[in-house]
Amino acid sequence: MGDGLENTPAAGAGTPVLAPGHTYATITDKISSIVLTQKTRWGWWFGFAISFALFMILNLTIGVLLIIGVGVWGINIPIAWGFAIVNFVWWIGIGHAGTLISAFLLLMRQEWRQSINRFAEAMTLFAVACAGLFPLLHLGRPWLFFWLIPYPDTMGTWPQFRSPLVWDVFAVSTYATISLLFWFVGLIPDLATLRDRAKARLSRIVYGVLAMGWRGSAMHWERYEMAYLLLAGLATPLVVSVHTVVSFDFTVGIVPGWHSTIFPPYFVAGAIYSGFAMVLTLAIPLRKFYGLEDFVTIRHLDNMAKILLATGLIVAYGYMMETFMAFYSGNTYDRYMIMNRMTGPYAKVYWILICCNIVVPMSTLWFAKIRRNPAALFAISLVVQAGMWLERFVIVVTSLHRDFMPSAWRMYYPTIWDYAALFGSIGLFLTLFLLFIRYLPMISIFEMRGLAHHLEEKKG
Amino acid sequence: MKRHPLYGLMAEFNTTDDLLKAAERTYAEGYRRMDAFTPFPVEGLAEAIGFHKTRVPLICLIGGLTGCSGGFFLQWWPNVIGYPLNIGGKPFNSWPAFIPITFELTILCAGIFTVLGMLALNGLPTPYHPVFNAPRFELATRNKFFLCIMARDSKFDAQKTREFLQSLNPREVSDVEA
Repeated sequence: MGDGLENTPAAGAGTPVLAPGHTYATITDKISSIVLTQKTRWGWWFGFAISFALFMILNLTIGVLLIIGVGVWGINIPIAWGFAIVNFVWWIGIGHAGTLISAFLLLMRQEWRQSINRFAEAMTLFAVACAGLFPLLHLGRPWLFFWLIPYPDTMGTWPQFRSPLVWDVFAVSTYATISLLFWFVGLIPDLATLRDRAKARLSRIVYGVLAMGWRGSAMHWERYEMAYLLLAGLATPLVVSVHTVVSFDFTVGIVPGWHSTIFPPYFVAGAIYSGFAMVLTLAIPLRKFYGLEDFVTIRHLDNMAKILLATGLIVAYGYMMETFMAFYSGNTYDRYMIMNRMTGPYAKVYWILICCNIVVPMSTLWFAKIRRNPAALFAISLVVQAGMWLERFVIVVTSLHRDFMPSAWRMYYPTIWDYAALFGSIGLFLTLFLLFIRYLPMISIFEMRGLAHHLEEKKG
Repeated sequence: MKRHPLYGLMAEFNTTDDLLKAAERTYAEGYRRMDAFTPFPVEGLAEAIGFHKTRVPLICLIGGLTGCSGGFFLQWWPNVIGYPLNIGGKPFNSWPAFIPITFELTILCAGIFTVLGMLALNGLPTPYHPVFNAPRFELATRNKFFLCIMARDSKFDAQKTREFLQSLNPREVSDVEA
């Protein structure tokens, strides 16, 4: 459990992905007891109360927005994309780490994914739910959102299929659907476990219905594993395509600071960067409060911190290239855009972003001692998420506020409703996440049993 | 077929190795209608009970092709046939711009087909199944391994099959009511 070894460099690479001494039964009982038998903790209620209050603020904000209109936000012309789009890109980016852990690491046969994939997938799902909200609200008249969907209307008109904004609709809705399927398919055997372990009649009925009569038949497992593998193979290119399409929303436009070919890879790396930061933000308190240090070990934290370091370096490369290309291109507007970012009215935001995304993580994550220190990692993960939010703010706002004609330049000042929507969406995310850890197994039980079996076989 | 009051006989094992050996022996003995139940996927178990091919990949491929062709047609038809707009003489069938949506719909349909296909082939949801009548079967989702020989197997004989299962060194052999 939380032994003194955690902070020594001797831990880490040698640390097992599953603490020794666990059998199929102890794994099953430990994880399912969190849902079935343990009393709901005081800390859970406390977290839920705050999250739910924030969620209610989001509902209030949406109500105000629908009644009065998008004028309650700080947006104007030329800064027509304010917090809503910043939040959208931020949330969808956070979601990407979950899919990467569940799909890409599965294809790469990384055993350490087994204990973190379930809640990372849940994180994906809830982050996409938050993300999906913002473009809809940003439409101004959200009740006409269905104009984006191709259907044979009486006037014979169709959406503009050549527009990245329409690609976005398809990319995000496909992403949400596939993430949900992947998550649910992964849950089926665990729902059966909960059905068989539950004592209360209601939970037996609910988990029983959801498990659909799963009985662990060898033939079922064969098809199941094949389907799971295929889904992983489908989800991996999907996750890359989604953030690529999101970056097209910017890069297809001609605004200086948006019109750049580096955007797709740089957006995908940034998405993984912020997503792994969110996984750490969630994993570190979870393992502590629910005593899951045996399953989510220091080795997991160390590995995730390394991914954070690697993607952070790609993001840093992206920033450098952006600056370099602005000067190398010889384009007046591009050069002005970069100078304006670094020294203009939003310069502070830019430099805080550089601090959060590059200076802090790159000066700490190189050290094994810090990578294996949960408290330090937790702090760094929060800094990275703040930094990634600011990055999207810089891309959206500072690019738009001074484009080609000085007569069209303006400033953007977020209003209270902008902040309410941002923090409200965090409330929605946390509310959903807390409900998830209360009612569903946050670690994949059957995959942990398989891991235990595999480690035993390896031992001899 | 004669209706048996019995669905089959269920043997419980403690380890995957015991179950795998038992499954192989049972298949070698000539039994064909059987199933094994485990708390996690066990490599080689499906082959041991004589189940070789799954059609899930084919269903996935069909889904992918449906999504791909359907997705492209969805964009090609309105732009070329339904409501063609001449914008600066650009081609109606500007296929590179149709690739992202075609790709997304390929993934979407392939994924939905895979999941629904897997569930349909597995016969899920199953509201009632006799194996749940077996004693201690709730441990099949915890830490025990089960092998069931079904009564409709042509070689099944309540007495002889029970003796055969006993010889496989199980923890327990029990009747499963239909």
